[in-house]
Amino acid sequence: MQIDFKMTDEILIASPEGEMDHHTSSVVREEIDQTVEAFHSKHLIFNFEKVSFMDSSGIGVIMGRYNKITQLGGKLAITGCNAYIERILDMAGIYTIADRASSIFEAIDRIKDENLETEVKDNAEQQS
Amino acid sequence: MPNSRVEADRIKNRMKLEFSNRSENESFARAAVSAFAASLDPTVEELTEIKTAVSEAVSNAIIHGYGEGEKGIITVECLVDQERRVIIIVSDTGVGIDDIIQAREPLYTSKPDEERSGMGFTVMESFMDRLEVESELGAGTKVTMIKNLDSAYEF
Repeated sequence: MQIDFKMTDEILIASPEGEMDHHTSSVVREEIDQTVEAFHSKHLIFNFEKVSFMDSSGIGVIMGRYNKITQLGGKLAITGCNAYIERILDMAGIYTIADRASSIFEAIDRIKDENLETEVKDNAEQQS
Repeated sequence: MPNSRVEADRIKNRMKLEFSNRSENESFARAAVSAFAASLDPTVEELTEIKTAVSEAVSNAIIHGYGEGEKGIITVECLVDQERRVIIIVSDTGVGIDDIIQAREPLYTSKPDEERSGMGFTVMESFMDRLEVESELGAGTKVTMIKNLDSAYEF
Protein backbone atom coordinates (compact mmCIF):
# COMPACT_ATOMS: atom_id res chain seq x y z
CA MET A 1 0.00 0.00 0.00
CA GLN A 2 1.37 3.36 -1.03
CA ILE A 3 0.68 6.57 0.88
CA ASP A 4 1.25 10.04 -0.47
CA PHE A 5 2.02 12.67 2.17
CA LYS A 6 1.69 16.41 1.93
CA MET A 7 2.25 18.93 4.65
CA THR A 8 0.84 22.43 4.99
CA ASP A 9 1.34 24.52 8.12
CA GLU A 10 0.93 21.97 10.90
CA ILE A 11 -1.47 19.80 8.92
CA LEU A 12 -0.44 16.44 7.48
CA ILE A 13 -2.47 15.19 4.52
CA ALA A 14 -2.28 11.42 4.12
CA SER A 15 -3.57 9.93 0.85
CA PRO A 16 -3.38 6.14 0.84
CA GLU A 17 -3.74 4.37 -2.48
CA GLY A 18 -5.17 0.88 -3.05
CA GLU A 19 -7.09 -1.60 -0.92
CA MET A 20 -7.27 -0.98 2.82
CA ASP A 21 -7.82 -4.17 4.80
CA HIS A 22 -6.43 -5.70 7.99
CA HIS A 23 -3.21 -6.62 6.17
CA THR A 24 -2.46 -3.24 4.57
CA SER A 25 -3.82 -1.10 7.40
CA SER A 26 -0.83 -1.94 9.60
CA VAL A 27 1.39 -0.25 6.99
CA VAL A 28 -0.90 2.80 6.85
CA ARG A 29 -0.89 3.04 10.64
CA GLU A 30 2.89 2.82 10.95
CA GLU A 31 3.71 5.19 8.11
CA ILE A 32 1.29 7.86 9.29
CA ASP A 33 2.55 7.66 12.88
CA GLN A 34 6.17 7.90 11.74
CA THR A 35 5.44 10.85 9.45
CA VAL A 36 3.42 12.69 12.11
CA GLU A 37 6.35 12.31 14.46
CA ALA A 38 9.06 13.20 11.95
CA PHE A 39 7.34 16.41 10.78
CA HIS A 40 5.76 17.32 14.13
CA SER A 41 2.37 17.63 12.48
CA LYS A 42 -0.43 18.62 14.81
CA HIS A 43 -3.47 17.89 12.63
CA LEU A 44 -4.29 15.10 10.22
CA ILE A 45 -6.39 14.87 7.06
CA PHE A 46 -7.25 11.48 5.58
CA ASN A 47 -7.82 11.70 1.84
CA PHE A 48 -9.44 8.42 0.69
CA GLU A 49 -9.85 9.47 -2.94
CA LYS A 50 -7.59 6.68 -4.19
CA VAL A 51 -8.75 3.94 -1.82
CA SER A 52 -10.53 1.33 -3.90
CA PHE A 53 -11.57 -0.95 -1.04
CA MET A 54 -12.02 -0.55 2.70
CA ASP A 55 -13.33 -2.81 5.44
CA SER A 56 -13.69 -2.19 9.17
CA SER A 57 -9.92 -2.20 9.69
CA GLY A 58 -9.98 1.28 8.11
CA ILE A 59 -12.26 2.37 10.96
CA GLY A 60 -9.69 1.03 13.44
CA VAL A 61 -6.92 3.04 11.76
CA ILE A 62 -8.96 6.26 11.86
CA MET A 63 -9.97 5.78 15.52
CA GLY A 64 -6.38 5.03 16.50
CA ARG A 65 -5.02 8.13 14.73
CA TYR A 66 -7.81 10.22 16.29
CA ASN A 67 -6.69 9.14 19.77
CA LYS A 68 -3.08 10.08 19.06
CA ILE A 69 -3.76 13.37 17.27
CA THR A 70 -6.25 14.69 19.84
CA GLN A 71 -3.93 13.88 22.75
CA LEU A 72 -1.73 16.70 21.46
CA GLY A 73 -4.65 19.02 20.79
CA GLY A 74 -4.88 18.27 17.07
CA LYS A 75 -7.91 17.91 14.78
CA LEU A 76 -8.87 15.20 12.33
CA ALA A 77 -10.69 15.59 9.01
CA ILE A 78 -11.67 13.09 6.31
CA THR A 79 -12.20 13.74 2.62
CA GLY A 80 -12.41 11.93 -0.72
CA CYS A 81 -14.77 9.10 0.32
CA ASN A 82 -17.01 7.44 -2.23
CA ALA A 83 -20.55 6.46 -1.22
CA TYR A 84 -19.44 2.98 -0.16
CA ILE A 85 -16.58 4.11 2.11
CA GLU A 86 -18.89 6.75 3.54
CA ARG A 87 -21.35 3.97 4.46
CA ILE A 88 -18.68 2.02 6.35
CA LEU A 89 -17.48 5.12 8.22
CA ASP A 90 -21.05 6.15 9.08
CA MET A 91 -21.74 2.69 10.47
CA ALA A 92 -19.12 3.27 13.16
CA GLY A 93 -20.08 6.91 13.73
CA ILE A 94 -16.66 8.15 12.59
CA TYR A 95 -18.03 11.60 11.83
CA THR A 96 -18.77 12.17 15.49
CA ILE A 97 -14.99 12.34 16.01
CA ALA A 98 -13.78 13.61 12.62
CA ASP A 99 -14.81 16.41 10.27
CA ARG A 100 -16.36 15.42 6.95
CA ALA A 101 -15.00 17.62 4.15
CA SER A 102 -15.83 17.67 0.44
CA SER A 103 -12.29 18.55 -0.61
CA ILE A 104 -8.77 18.80 0.78
CA PHE A 105 -9.09 22.60 0.73
CA GLU A 106 -12.30 22.50 2.73
CA ALA A 107 -10.67 20.10 5.20
CA ILE A 108 -7.73 22.47 5.67
CA ASP A 109 -10.07 25.45 6.15
CA ARG A 110 -12.13 23.61 8.73
CA ILE A 111 -9.14 22.52 10.75
CA LYS A 112 -7.69 26.04 10.68
CA ASP A 113 -11.01 27.63 11.71
CA GLU A 114 -11.57 25.17 14.55
CA ASN A 115 -7.99 25.46 15.71
CA LEU A 116 -8.31 29.23 15.80
CA GLU A 117 -11.49 28.96 17.85
CA THR A 118 -9.80 26.65 20.34
CA GLU A 119 -6.80 28.95 20.63
CA VAL A 120 -8.96 32.05 21.17
CA LYS A 121 -10.92 30.16 23.83
CA ASP A 122 -7.75 28.97 25.55
CA ASN A 123 -6.32 32.48 25.58
CA ALA A 124 -9.54 33.89 27.00
CA GLU A 125 -9.50 31.25 29.74
CA GLN A 126 -5.88 32.02 30.60
CA GLN A 127 -6.59 35.73 30.88
CA SER A 128 -9.64 35.41 33.09
CA MET B 1 -29.38 -22.96 11.77
CA PRO B 2 -32.21 -24.73 10.00
CA ASN B 3 -33.26 -21.70 7.95
CA SER B 4 -30.03 -21.37 6.06
CA ARG B 5 -29.65 -25.04 5.19
CA VAL B 6 -29.47 -25.16 1.48
CA GLU B 7 -30.99 -28.00 -0.42
CA ALA B 8 -28.27 -29.67 -2.44
CA ASP B 9 -30.35 -30.01 -5.58
CA ARG B 10 -30.92 -26.27 -5.76
CA ILE B 11 -27.20 -25.48 -5.80
CA LYS B 12 -26.10 -24.29 -9.21
CA ASN B 13 -22.40 -23.84 -8.64
CA ARG B 14 -19.91 -24.14 -5.81
CA MET B 15 -16.27 -23.67 -4.93
CA LYS B 16 -14.02 -24.17 -1.95
CA LEU B 17 -10.75 -22.51 -1.01
CA GLU B 18 -8.23 -23.43 1.66
CA PHE B 19 -5.39 -21.18 2.68
CA SER B 20 -3.01 -20.40 5.55
CA ASN B 21 -4.00 -17.97 8.28
CA ARG B 22 -1.80 -15.20 6.88
CA SER B 23 -3.16 -11.68 6.48
CA GLU B 24 -1.92 -11.30 2.88
CA ASN B 25 -4.52 -13.94 1.96
CA GLU B 26 -7.38 -11.56 2.83
CA SER B 27 -7.24 -9.82 -0.55
CA PHE B 28 -6.91 -13.18 -2.31
CA ALA B 29 -10.00 -14.56 -0.55
CA ARG B 30 -12.27 -11.61 -1.34
CA ALA B 31 -11.03 -11.38 -4.94
CA ALA B 32 -11.67 -15.11 -5.47
CA VAL B 33 -15.20 -15.00 -4.03
CA SER B 34 -15.96 -11.85 -6.00
CA ALA B 35 -14.75 -13.44 -9.26
CA PHE B 36 -16.81 -16.54 -8.53
CA ALA B 37 -19.99 -14.59 -7.71
CA ALA B 38 -19.52 -12.38 -10.78
CA SER B 39 -21.01 -15.14 -12.93
CA LEU B 40 -24.44 -14.22 -11.47
CA ASP B 41 -24.04 -10.73 -12.89
CA PRO B 42 -24.52 -8.86 -9.58
CA THR B 43 -24.50 -5.06 -9.39
CA VAL B 44 -21.21 -3.34 -8.55
CA GLU B 45 -22.68 -2.46 -5.17
CA GLU B 46 -23.67 -6.06 -4.40
CA LEU B 47 -20.21 -7.27 -5.36
CA THR B 48 -18.53 -4.68 -3.14
CA GLU B 49 -20.77 -5.71 -0.24
CA ILE B 50 -19.88 -9.38 -0.73
CA LYS B 51 -16.16 -8.54 -0.93
CA THR B 52 -16.32 -6.52 2.27
CA ALA B 53 -18.22 -9.20 4.18
CA VAL B 54 -15.70 -11.87 3.08
CA SER B 55 -12.84 -9.60 4.08
CA GLU B 56 -14.35 -9.16 7.55
CA ALA B 57 -14.97 -12.86 8.11
CA VAL B 58 -11.52 -13.89 6.88
CA SER B 59 -9.80 -11.14 8.91
CA ASN B 60 -11.65 -12.35 12.01
CA ALA B 61 -10.45 -15.91 11.39
CA ILE B 62 -6.87 -14.68 10.92
CA ILE B 63 -6.82 -12.31 13.90
CA HIS B 64 -8.87 -14.32 16.40
CA GLY B 65 -9.13 -17.85 15.01
CA TYR B 66 -5.80 -19.21 16.05
CA GLY B 67 -3.44 -18.60 18.96
CA GLU B 68 -0.46 -16.25 18.75
CA GLY B 69 1.99 -17.58 16.15
CA GLU B 70 -0.10 -20.72 15.60
CA LYS B 71 -0.39 -21.89 12.00
CA GLY B 72 -3.84 -22.80 10.80
CA ILE B 73 -6.04 -23.28 7.78
CA ILE B 74 -8.98 -21.11 6.83
CA THR B 75 -11.65 -22.47 4.52
CA VAL B 76 -13.89 -20.35 2.34
CA GLU B 77 -16.77 -22.04 0.60
CA CYS B 78 -19.05 -20.28 -1.82
CA LEU B 79 -22.28 -21.63 -3.27
CA VAL B 80 -24.82 -20.07 -5.56
CA ASP B 81 -28.31 -21.46 -5.99
CA GLN B 82 -31.12 -21.14 -8.51
CA GLU B 83 -32.75 -18.28 -6.55
CA ARG B 84 -29.67 -16.07 -7.07
CA ARG B 85 -28.59 -16.56 -3.49
CA VAL B 86 -24.90 -16.41 -2.70
CA ILE B 87 -23.95 -18.51 0.32
CA ILE B 88 -20.51 -17.97 1.82
CA ILE B 89 -19.09 -20.12 4.60
CA VAL B 90 -15.86 -19.06 6.29
CA SER B 91 -14.49 -21.52 8.82
CA ASP B 92 -11.43 -22.20 10.91
CA THR B 93 -10.46 -25.01 13.27
CA GLY B 94 -9.02 -22.71 15.90
CA VAL B 95 -9.78 -21.60 19.44
CA GLY B 96 -13.48 -20.80 19.01
CA ILE B 97 -15.54 -17.91 20.38
CA ASP B 98 -16.45 -17.91 24.06
CA ASP B 99 -19.47 -15.62 23.87
CA ILE B 100 -20.94 -15.22 20.38
CA ILE B 101 -23.62 -12.70 21.42
CA GLN B 102 -20.98 -10.42 22.92
CA ALA B 103 -18.67 -10.89 19.90
CA ARG B 104 -21.44 -9.74 17.57
CA GLU B 105 -22.10 -6.52 19.49
CA PRO B 106 -21.08 -3.36 17.58
CA LEU B 107 -17.76 -1.92 18.76
CA TYR B 108 -16.99 -4.94 20.95
CA THR B 109 -13.43 -6.17 20.56
CA SER B 110 -11.58 -8.85 22.48
CA LYS B 111 -8.33 -7.02 21.68
CA PRO B 112 -8.93 -3.40 22.76
CA ASP B 113 -5.20 -2.58 22.83
CA GLU B 114 -4.75 -3.38 19.14
CA GLU B 115 -6.81 -0.60 17.53
CA ARG B 116 -9.54 -2.94 16.36
CA SER B 117 -12.80 -1.26 15.49
CA GLY B 118 -15.03 -4.08 16.74
CA MET B 119 -17.24 -3.54 13.70
CA GLY B 120 -16.55 -6.77 11.79
CA PHE B 121 -19.77 -8.66 12.53
CA THR B 122 -21.80 -5.43 12.25
CA VAL B 123 -20.43 -4.84 8.74
CA MET B 124 -21.16 -8.45 7.74
CA GLU B 125 -24.70 -8.17 9.12
CA SER B 126 -25.52 -4.97 7.29
CA PHE B 127 -23.96 -5.95 3.95
CA MET B 128 -25.42 -9.47 3.80
CA ASP B 129 -29.01 -10.63 4.22
CA ARG B 130 -28.27 -13.31 6.75
CA LEU B 131 -25.43 -14.05 9.15
CA GLU B 132 -25.01 -17.11 11.33
CA VAL B 133 -22.12 -17.81 13.65
CA GLU B 134 -21.42 -21.23 15.11
CA SER B 135 -18.49 -21.84 17.36
CA GLU B 136 -17.12 -24.38 19.74
CA LEU B 137 -14.27 -23.68 22.12
CA GLY B 138 -11.17 -25.54 20.99
CA ALA B 139 -12.84 -26.78 17.81
CA GLY B 140 -13.26 -23.68 15.66
CA THR B 141 -15.69 -21.17 14.24
CA LYS B 142 -17.98 -21.25 11.23
CA VAL B 143 -19.54 -18.12 9.80
CA THR B 144 -22.34 -18.53 7.24
CA MET B 145 -23.48 -15.53 5.23
CA ILE B 146 -26.22 -15.35 2.65
CA LYS B 147 -26.89 -12.62 0.14
CA ASN B 148 -29.96 -12.52 -2.07
CA LEU B 149 -28.95 -10.88 -5.31
CA ASP B 150 -31.38 -8.50 -6.93
CA SER B 151 -33.22 -10.14 -9.80
CA ALA B 152 -34.59 -6.93 -11.27
CA TYR B 153 -32.23 -7.15 -14.22
CA GLU B 154 -33.35 -10.59 -15.33
CA PHE B 155 -35.67 -10.72 -18.30
